[in-house]
Amino acid sequence: MSATIIQLAYLLAAFLFIAALRALGRPESARRGIQLAALGMAAAIAATLFHARIVSYEWIVVGAVVGAVVGYPLGMWVPMTAMPQRIALSHAFGALAATLVGVGEYLHSLHLGELARGQVIALGFEVLLGGLTVTGSVMAFGKLQEILPGRPITFRFQNAFNLSVLTIGVAAFAWLIVHPTSLSAAGLMLVISLCVGVLLVLPIGGADMPVVVSLLNSYAGLAAVATGFAIDNNILIIAGALDGLSGLILSIAMSKAMNRSFSNVLFGAFGAAPTAATSGSSAKGEMSTISAEDAALRMAYADNVVLVPGYGLAVAQAQHQARELANLIEKRGGDVRFAIHPVAGRMPGHMNVLLAEAGVPYDKLVDMDDINERFRETDVVLVVGANDVVNPAARTNPASPIFGMPILNVLDAKSVIVMKRGRGTGFSGIENDLFVDSKTSMLFGDAKQSLLELGIEVKNA
Amino acid sequence: MNTVTIMQLFVFLLAGFVGFQTISRIPPLLHTPLMAATNAISGISLVASLVLAGANYGLLATLLGTVAVACAMANVVGGFLITDRMLAMFKRAPSPKTGASERSAAKS
Repeated sequence: MSATIIQLAYLLAAFLFIAALRALGRPESARRGIQLAALGMAAAIAATLFHARIVSYEWIVVGAVVGAVVGYPLGMWVPMTAMPQRIALSHAFGALAATLVGVGEYLHSLHLGELARGQVIALGFEVLLGGLTVTGSVMAFGKLQEILPGRPITFRFQNAFNLSVLTIGVAAFAWLIVHPTSLSAAGLMLVISLCVGVLLVLPIGGADMPVVVSLLNSYAGLAAVATGFAIDNNILIIAGALDGLSGLILSIAMSKAMNRSFSNVLFGAFGAAPTAATSGSSAKGEMSTISAEDAALRMAYADNVVLVPGYGLAVAQAQHQARELANLIEKRGGDVRFAIHPVAGRMPGHMNVLLAEAGVPYDKLVDMDDINERFRETDVVLVVGANDVVNPAARTNPASPIFGMPILNVLDAKSVIVMKRGRGTGFSGIENDLFVDSKTSMLFGDAKQSLLELGIEVKNA
Repeated sequence: MNTVTIMQLFVFLLAGFVGFQTISRIPPLLHTPLMAATNAISGISLVASLVLAGANYGLLATLLGTVAVACAMANVVGGFLITDRMLAMFKRAPSPKTGASERSAAKS
């Protein structure tokens, strides 16, 4: 009887999870959908407590209390700027849970001496994917949190070395399938998968993190799927499939936005390119500068203004000043939009969250494809802390390392103002022809300070 | 392969298809909440951890299960809280009417 109730609770949870993802398609319905999904989760957990195999509750209570105490601050206190590392950390948690369950179930079945081959295959996938996601996510967390150096760490024959380590892991897995009771093969596989996670993220620099975080999301989901197969649990298969696919879809979207091929992403062999990025376009011509006062006048009397925020805006914590400036321009009758490139920020959609937190209404946040059609009618574009995503070399110069990457075509607008800290090249070290274009005026200085000044000048204009 | 595994493969296939259809329609605007949400949802692996922690499989398995319960619980609690917190920030612009009155107020 209780088994039926448990399965029905899982069925309800599965329905609510899929309905929640459907509700996420529109900002108006998203919140209600997620709340219903939380309800489904609660039902599934409550029903599981009546599982026939559970005989004591002491350790469950201990684990649950510790988890809730850790989870609450992770949900309520983490600032939105720290979202990428927070998500990376939760991938590590999810994968660790899957890995430990895999190890525990394996040891238990080994002890009973009833290891079926199918179960070993599922457990093997679970531990392999889970293990590499744990260490990979911890590495990503370290890099994003700047505990570890953010630049790519490379060494000679890195790809060959990584590949051979991976081969050993796969060989151990194959050995385990043939000899399910081989504890040493199982242990070797676990150690290898932990190593692979570290090796995977080592050569990846800060700007490539959106792809990695999405990819690890996908792996964590697939580890959950494998758990579902190992313990005959459909809800795990469903939830894991949703998680794995969403990670996959996001990493494809990210790699498209960065012009990297999908096979590159799947095998994680990327991130080393920017080191060789010095050649190529040498921006010719002089930058023309503009004072904050003149820039403000131009924006104050414009009908259509588009702000292009980049990660520099988030680094400078200037989202609120940007929103303030937009409000002041709108008060004077101008229309202000924010152009969001898919890889602005450190994870998919990060910039949208940062600006929404600062109070920008979401209908003012416009995706790349939509805003590119609007630049022709735009009087002034203000670029704040963005560089590569507005670099025309991506369209015109085949020698440029970012050639082929989709960009925001700000030069379609009537005039462009670029806010920049100094005259040097940007984060990636790539020259930007936009800065010397005749349409472009440069406004040098700290982003936050300049936005404040612009706001004051627009008010007085 | 036994029939249970076959059924599971069907479930996996169909869930994957439905997931792909649904997730492809989510706008980039909400991609960060999407990742937080799927993270929270995949915290459902808590149900596997609960069984391992509560079953009498020996001390080692119980300890592994307890740590797994803590990890998965942190994702469930933290994941749903942060997704809700994020989605609460996404607000529509005030209706055009109030915008117009502000505009006239600024000009007067």
